[in-house]
Amino acid sequence: MQASALTARELFCRRGDRLLFGGIDLSLESGEALHLVGPNGIGKSSLLQILAGLRRPAFAPEMIPANRGRGSVNWQGSVGLIDERPALDEDAPLAKALGFWARVDNNEATSTDAAMDATGLTMLAAVPVRFLSTGQRKRAAFARLLIQGPDHWLLDEPLNGLDSDGVSLVERLIADRRAAGGAVIVASHQAISLPGCQIVDVRDHPW
Amino acid sequence: MVIGNLLRRDLAILLPGGTRGSAFLPLIFFLLVAVLFPFAVGPEPGLLARTGGGVLWVAALLASILPLDRLVAADREAGVFDQLALRGISEEVAMTARLVAHWLSFGPLILIATLPAAALLSLSSATFWRLFISLLAGTPGLAAIGLITAALLASLRSGTALAGLMLAPIAVPLVIFGAGHLARDDISGALFAGAFSLVLCAIAPFAAAAAIRAARD
Repeated sequence: MQASALTARELFCRRGDRLLFGGIDLSLESGEALHLVGPNGIGKSSLLQILAGLRRPAFAPEMIPANRGRGSVNWQGSVGLIDERPALDEDAPLAKALGFWARVDNNEATSTDAAMDATGLTMLAAVPVRFLSTGQRKRAAFARLLIQGPDHWLLDEPLNGLDSDGVSLVERLIADRRAAGGAVIVASHQAISLPGCQIVDVRDHPW
Repeated sequence: MVIGNLLRRDLAILLPGGTRGSAFLPLIFFLLVAVLFPFAVGPEPGLLARTGGGVLWVAALLASILPLDRLVAADREAGVFDQLALRGISEEVAMTARLVAHWLSFGPLILIATLPAAALLSLSSATFWRLFISLLAGTPGLAAIGLITAALLASLRSGTALAGLMLAPIAVPLVIFGAGHLARDDISGALFAGAFSLVLCAIAPFAAAAAIRAARD
């Protein structure tokens, strides 16, 4: 079964006065992966935020006469995002901080304990989030993502600070998600194994 | 129930004993003013009784500025609002919960502290009750203005210093009606302060949510 997980058309992005990129079209089938590449500051994170619906595509009436001057993003299913901020309460113990999201997501399938187990954080359940290292925070963000259980994943530099175990863990989680029919978009400077992925270089899409 | 979960977290963070640990600051500030004022103007009971209520109203206003520092900024930096938005939970809902939690974190404490403060300023029992009623009517408005201010300034580095400057002018009507209630025999002052509070509380979640969304760009 091949359903189109993501259809994005004519995405333009502007930060302040700077025109970052333009005319990006993306199309992902379920189970596919996409690797976003490009130098720092080219707008990879902005593109992920647009795809997550947190930022509107820039208004570019001269480029897109149709659709009232703005690009569009359409997902089939729910979307989760991991960026550089884990969105966990710094002062709370890890289990409690994740527990908040478990209640918000009300997801019975993946409990907080199971998510911490899957990301190798069980030993740290009682440790306040502010004491976690960069790599442990990244694992905690993945635990939060597993608790949320969205269909599709947007990952902004998912390998930052992770040790080699962590890297293979993330690669395995991504492979599992894709096997379950999810689309995964990764922006990463580090080498990451994404078998059969599309590669989009943001440099190829100037405004 | 989404808003219940948000409120539970906000209360755990903001209430006394909460993890951000500044819940008693407004209370201490409020009582400090009540302690220091007689030293500054002299202990003559008539003067204190005449001016004390107004002083406590101003103290309550200034005390409500103290928790604004991390009220919205911490969650914005942590990306909590982004993660909520991804789950289809709007900033308006998050800000409604935050408004309730914010008022609960300083309003009741200040209302309770009005009793010792009134004793320190030798207010009559009639004045004490007028002060209590007008603060009850006015503090939700202070919380609402505080929330809007905190959301607007969340993305600025020196936000807290500006919070006081931004909050005070908008709060002037609250002070006029709230403190005005102390000098009049009828209840109109408290009613006006209450009406102003209701309007502010109705606007605040939307204004604060718009501020958070605007700060994403």
